[in-house]
Amino acid sequence: RDCQQADIKHLSGWKQWKRSSSKSLKKVLDEVKELLSYLELWRHDIHSIEGKFGTGIQSYFSFLRFLVLLNFIIFILMFSFVTLPSIISKYGIFNSSFAKTPPENIEPHCTVYKPSGNKGLVYFYTYLKDLLSGTGFLEGTSLFYGYYTIDAAWLSVLRYNLPLAYLLATFAYLALSLLWIIKRSVEGFKQNLVHHEDQFQSYCNKVFAGWDFCITDPNAARLKHRSLQYELQTDLEEERLKQKIADRTMKEKLRIYSLRIFINVIVIAVLSGCFYSIYRATVFSQENSNDVSNTNFQANLLVQYLPSMVITLANFIAPQIFSFLIRFEDYSPAFEIRLTLMRCVFVRLANIGVLLFSLWSQISYCATSKCKACGYNYELYPCWESEVGKEMYKLMIFDFIIILAVTLFVDFPRKLLVTHCSCKPIQWCGLQEFGISDNVLEIVYGQTICWIGTFFSPLLPAIATIKYFIIFYVKKVSLIHTCKTAARPIRASSSNFFFLVVLLIGLVLAFIPLGISIAHIPSSKACGPFRSFNTSWAVVPATVLGFPTGLQQVLHGIASEAFAVPFFMVICLIMFYFIALAGAHKRVVEQLREQLVMEGRDKLFLIRKITEAQRH
Amino acid sequence: AYKRFSELLPKEERENACSARVPKSRILTLPELRANPFQHRICRVFSTSDDGDDSMSFEDFLDMLSVFSDSATSDIKSHYAFRIFDFDDDGTLDRKDLEKLVNCLTGQGEESRLSNAEMEQLIQNILEESDIDKDGTINLSEFQHVVSRSPDFASSFKIVL
Repeated sequence: RDCQQADIKHLSGWKQWKRSSSKSLKKVLDEVKELLSYLELWRHDIHSIEGKFGTGIQSYFSFLRFLVLLNFIIFILMFSFVTLPSIISKYGIFNSSFAKTPPENIEPHCTVYKPSGNKGLVYFYTYLKDLLSGTGFLEGTSLFYGYYTIDAAWLSVLRYNLPLAYLLATFAYLALSLLWIIKRSVEGFKQNLVHHEDQFQSYCNKVFAGWDFCITDPNAARLKHRSLQYELQTDLEEERLKQKIADRTMKEKLRIYSLRIFINVIVIAVLSGCFYSIYRATVFSQENSNDVSNTNFQANLLVQYLPSMVITLANFIAPQIFSFLIRFEDYSPAFEIRLTLMRCVFVRLANIGVLLFSLWSQISYCATSKCKACGYNYELYPCWESEVGKEMYKLMIFDFIIILAVTLFVDFPRKLLVTHCSCKPIQWCGLQEFGISDNVLEIVYGQTICWIGTFFSPLLPAIATIKYFIIFYVKKVSLIHTCKTAARPIRASSSNFFFLVVLLIGLVLAFIPLGISIAHIPSSKACGPFRSFNTSWAVVPATVLGFPTGLQQVLHGIASEAFAVPFFMVICLIMFYFIALAGAHKRVVEQLREQLVMEGRDKLFLIRKITEAQRH
Repeated sequence: AYKRFSELLPKEERENACSARVPKSRILTLPELRANPFQHRICRVFSTSDDGDDSMSFEDFLDMLSVFSDSATSDIKSHYAFRIFDFDDDGTLDRKDLEKLVNCLTGQGEESRLSNAEMEQLIQNILEESDIDKDGTINLSEFQHVVSRSPDFASSFKIVL
C-alpha cells in the first residue's frame, strides 16, 4: 500500500483521474454484480448446501437449477410460437380463424381419427387414470400433438404458417439447448484440460493453492481438510498403482486382459437382456392397452405403465451389476468410477432408445395394402405422434413418482431405523450417502425424455420445469435430514464438466429419434399440422419453393454437394492448423522449462566459482 | 474495514483505533481467520510490532486485507504466501516447512495426518516439481514460478470482508 501511495504522488494529474475513475467504475460494476446475484434462483439455499456438504454436492444442485431454467425457456419458446397461436385461432380471439384443409391425394381411411373423450357418466377414477396415462380427456387437449390439427392460421390479416412454426420451434429449442450446454461446459473443459496437461504440477497446485482462504465456517473448514487429505492420499495411491501396473509381467497382463474381455462380454449380455425385456414389455403394453373392454382400473394402469416400470427396474439393477463386476477388472480407482458411470449412462439412455424403437416397429408394422397406402398402422394408431407423446408423458410422470416414492419410503424410514434401532446389520448399513452420479443420471434421463417428448407433446417442458422444481426441494430436504456427509469428497470443477458431458450425450441421443420421426416416418394424416405433407420435414422444401427464385437458387446451392465438400475440407484444414499450433506451443513450453533448469545450474556454477575465487 | 477493526478493540480504546494495537487473541476471533489453519502465520507475517507479540495495528490490518483482496497482483500475493508458508522464517521452504504446511492442510487431528511414507512421497513429488536448482529447498523465485502456473492460486488466496 505504501508503494501504491508513493506511486500516486509521482503520477501526473491526468493519470490520477484515470486511476480514480477506473476504481469507481470497478466499484459500481461490483455492486451491480451483487444486485444481479440476488435475482438468482435459490442462491441462498445452494450457498448453505455448499457450506455444509461441499462443492461436489453443490454442483449437483446448481445443475438442477440450470435444468429448471432451460426447461422453462424451452416451454416459453414452444408456448409462444406453437400453442398460443393455435389457441388464439381456435377460439377466434382477435378476429382470427384457422383452416383445416383436407389433404388431397390421400386415402380417406387414413384420416379417420376420433380421440375418445369421456362421454356420459364415468367413474371418478377414470379421470385419475386419464391424468396418469394421457388418455381420455387429456388426449384431445393442447398437451398432445393431435390438438394442433391446423394447416394455416389467420391472426387478423397475417397468415401464420403453423406447420413451419412447429418444425422451426423444435429445431430452435434443440439448438438453444445445445448452445447453452456447450457454453457452460467450455469453462469446465478448459480447466479440465489444464488439469490433465499439467499433470506434473498437480502436487504443487494442491499444496500451495489448496486452502481456500475464504472459508469462515468451521464445518466447511473441516470438510475442506478432509477433502484435501483425501485428494492427496488418492493422488499418491494412483502414483503407486501406476508404478505397480508398469511393473506387471507379461503373464499377468495376459490374464488381466482376458479377464477384462470376459467381463465386457458379460456386460453386453446384461445389456441385451435389458433391451429385450423392454422390447417385449412395450409390445405387450401396446397390444393390451388398445383393448378397450378391459375396465379393471388397476390392471389397465399397470399395463399402461409396464414399459416405464421395466425401464426403471433395468436402470436400478444394471448399475449394481456393473459396480460389482468392475472390481474384478483391476483398474485404477479414478478409471473405475469413470467406466462404471459411462456404462450406466449408456444403459439409461439406450433404454429410452429401445422403447422408442419398439414403439416404431409397432407403428410401422404394415400387413395390408390399405395400411401401406398410409405408411403407418392407421387402425391402431390413427394419430401415432400422440401415442409417442403419451409414452413420453407416462415415462416422465412415472420417473417423478419413483423419485418421490424412493425419498419417502426408503430414505426416511432408513434414517428412522438407523437412529432408533441398534441391531448390528442395520447399523452396518448405516445412513446413506448422497450418491451424486446416480442422482445426476436420474435427472439427465428425465431431461432426455423431455427433449424427445417435446416434439410430440409441446407442453411437456412445463411439466418438466415443475417436476425439477419440486425435486430440488425434495432432494434438499432428503440431503439435510437423511444423508451423512460423504467420506470421499469430490472435486467440483471436474464434476461440473462431467454433468454437462452426460447431458450433451443425452441431447445428441435425443437428436436421433427426433431426426428419424421428422424425416423418415410418414406423418399421420388424421391429425397434426403436417397432414398435407408426406413427412414432417417436407414442410421445409414446400416453403422454400414459395421463395423468390434467386433465394431458392442460393439455398439449393448451400444444400448441394458443390458447397458441402469444399466447406468440409476447409473445416478440416482449420482443425489441423489448430492442432499443429497446440503442438508447437507445447514444444515451446518444454524448451522454456529446460532453459529455466539450465539457468539454475548456471547460477550454482557461478556461485561456486565466486566462492573458489574468494578463497584464493 | 475500519468498522471491523474498531469492533475488535475494547470499548475504551475505540476512539484512537487508528493508533491502537489489537492483541493477537482478538484478531483470531475474526470469522475470516477463525477457521484458517494459517492464522498464526498470518498474524506473525503482517504484524509490525517490535516486541514479537504479533499484535496488529490498523495499518497492519489494512495491509493484510489489501494483500488478500482481489486487486492485489499475483506477484504480491505469491510474495506474502511464501512468507506465510515459511514456518521457520529462514527465507526458503525446506522439508520441515513443507511437512508443517501439509499437516496444516490436512487438519489438526491425529487421524487426519498423512502417514510417514505418504509424507515422504508427497514432499519428494513437490520438490521434484518445483525445485529447479535441485538444492532440496524452494526459494522465493522458484515458489513464484510454480504459483504462477497454478490455476487455483488467485482464487483461493483471497479474503473477502
